[in-house]
Amino acid sequence: MNNHLRVIKPGIYSLLQDSGRYGQQSIGLTTGGPLDRSAFRCANLLCENPQNSACIEVTVGGLIVESTVKTTLTVTGADIPLRINKQPAALWQSHSINPGDLIELGFARSGSRAYLAVSGGFQAEPLFNSVATVPREGLGGLHADGSALKAGDILPCQPIEDTSLWQLPEKLRADYSQNSARLRVVLGYQQESFSETQKQCFFRSQYSVTKYSDRMGYRLEGAEIIPAIKGILSEGICLGAIQFPPDGQPIVLLNDRQTMGGYPKIGSVLSLDIGKLAQLSAGGTVHFEPISIGQAQSLWAENEKQFASNPPLKLCL
Amino acid sequence: MRAQQTISIAGENALIVYFGDKPSAAISTEIATTVKKLRTYLGATLIDLVPSYASLLVIFDPLTTDHHSVRIAIKTAIKDLNQNTTAQQTSSASRVTLPVYYSSESGPDLQRIANTAGLSIAEVIAIHQQTEYRVYAIGFAPGFAYLGQVDPRIATPRLATPRQQVPRGAVAIADRQTAVYPAQSPGGWNLIGLCPQLMFDPKASPSMPVAVGDLVRFEAIDKTTFENFGGVL
Repeated sequence: MNNHLRVIKPGIYSLLQDSGRYGQQSIGLTTGGPLDRSAFRCANLLCENPQNSACIEVTVGGLIVESTVKTTLTVTGADIPLRINKQPAALWQSHSINPGDLIELGFARSGSRAYLAVSGGFQAEPLFNSVATVPREGLGGLHADGSALKAGDILPCQPIEDTSLWQLPEKLRADYSQNSARLRVVLGYQQESFSETQKQCFFRSQYSVTKYSDRMGYRLEGAEIIPAIKGILSEGICLGAIQFPPDGQPIVLLNDRQTMGGYPKIGSVLSLDIGKLAQLSAGGTVHFEPISIGQAQSLWAENEKQFASNPPLKLCL
Repeated sequence: MRAQQTISIAGENALIVYFGDKPSAAISTEIATTVKKLRTYLGATLIDLVPSYASLLVIFDPLTTDHHSVRIAIKTAIKDLNQNTTAQQTSSASRVTLPVYYSSESGPDLQRIANTAGLSIAEVIAIHQQTEYRVYAIGFAPGFAYLGQVDPRIATPRLATPRQQVPRGAVAIADRQTAVYPAQSPGGWNLIGLCPQLMFDPKASPSMPVAVGDLVRFEAIDKTTFENFGGVL
């Protein structure tokens, strides 16, 4: 196939991701998918793609690709310098791309994950209905073996005839410049094994992101919380679950988490806030805030409403 | 009639059902039955189910349903369960036999297990085959099924230092659990043989020969049969 983007440099860590691999946790498969779901969604929105279309998740930066196809391209998420044919180009908007164009991503000034989308998404062979790359499982991605993008990789995509270019309203763009996040938490799981004092301590303390943070989970460091129970029978872990190993330092489990685990958990971070956490780099700071299920449900509805009432703006050229 | 199941919040779009404090055949059967019922009750609003030793995590789509509705579905499933007889539920479990080439060359820890247990290698192999195991959970890696309970005579703790590389198909024991490694990976279980059957094939349907709640037996095969099945030492 001749319509593609060719990887000249893969950068630090670039993975093909669609919205994730669902319904297979009972055979041990994790979900994968974009860590920052909101930025991923915006990238596809700006390329007029279905929400599940495959994008490239670029961690930190350094990706360079060359196009052989006429398409539109968008980069959202981390504040990464973007250049098209050596000219600076804006994030959070779609750009017209022609055969021979060179697209270069620099390194993040703030935030950690950027999403590069093209019209129609990238094409790859799905496994369990998803192309999401999970390196630990050796599943998904361009070669269906869980490998990250590498130099010379050919990313097939469809050419398009007409291009409409769009820009995301400021309101919907995230700002990662503070390298800090306030994460809303629904209490659950073994929360009763944590004393009131421990819960107060957890919600009043500031935690920082350690370098041992990746797509499986973010390991934090701060006030030590040691639950009354050491371990539990291994049980299913949902996205955002906050577990406390015996050292008392919390780990927030993310998209590539193990499907089961045996550490006590105090609850789970609201999935709308997972992206904020995953955009933090080592040293970034985190505060937790308890919310009720009712509040969580209204926040979901509000988030959907915001997308519906602030559609992307058409750029007149 | 028993009703000691409890339902807890796991996350904003997830509930976890606890069926008891420790794993048992009865609980495992209840979980497998609940999985089937919830698939029907929740349909497209269900995102995933994660059955484990004594719990079931239910993950749903928060845009098409809510905690209240899912809780009602779970309660209905549990109520059905408590009214059904155990015999009916057991009949839904599949029985699977997995071939194993037991030997010192395919199971480097056999001799040590035998020494510790004061048994011969032949006795260890025989005891491993005598039990019908239940699939309590699948996790750790794609297709890794936790089978229990291993006869206490051959139960062996994990290695102090895990091996860097355990081959695909390795049949192993850790405490009272046994498993077949679905792919080459690091691992700390005691190796007693090799199974030539693929435990996980992403391109096959179903991609695993076993599911949670199934009953598994191991059957010894000789080296030639192992190789004829495509096994590689």
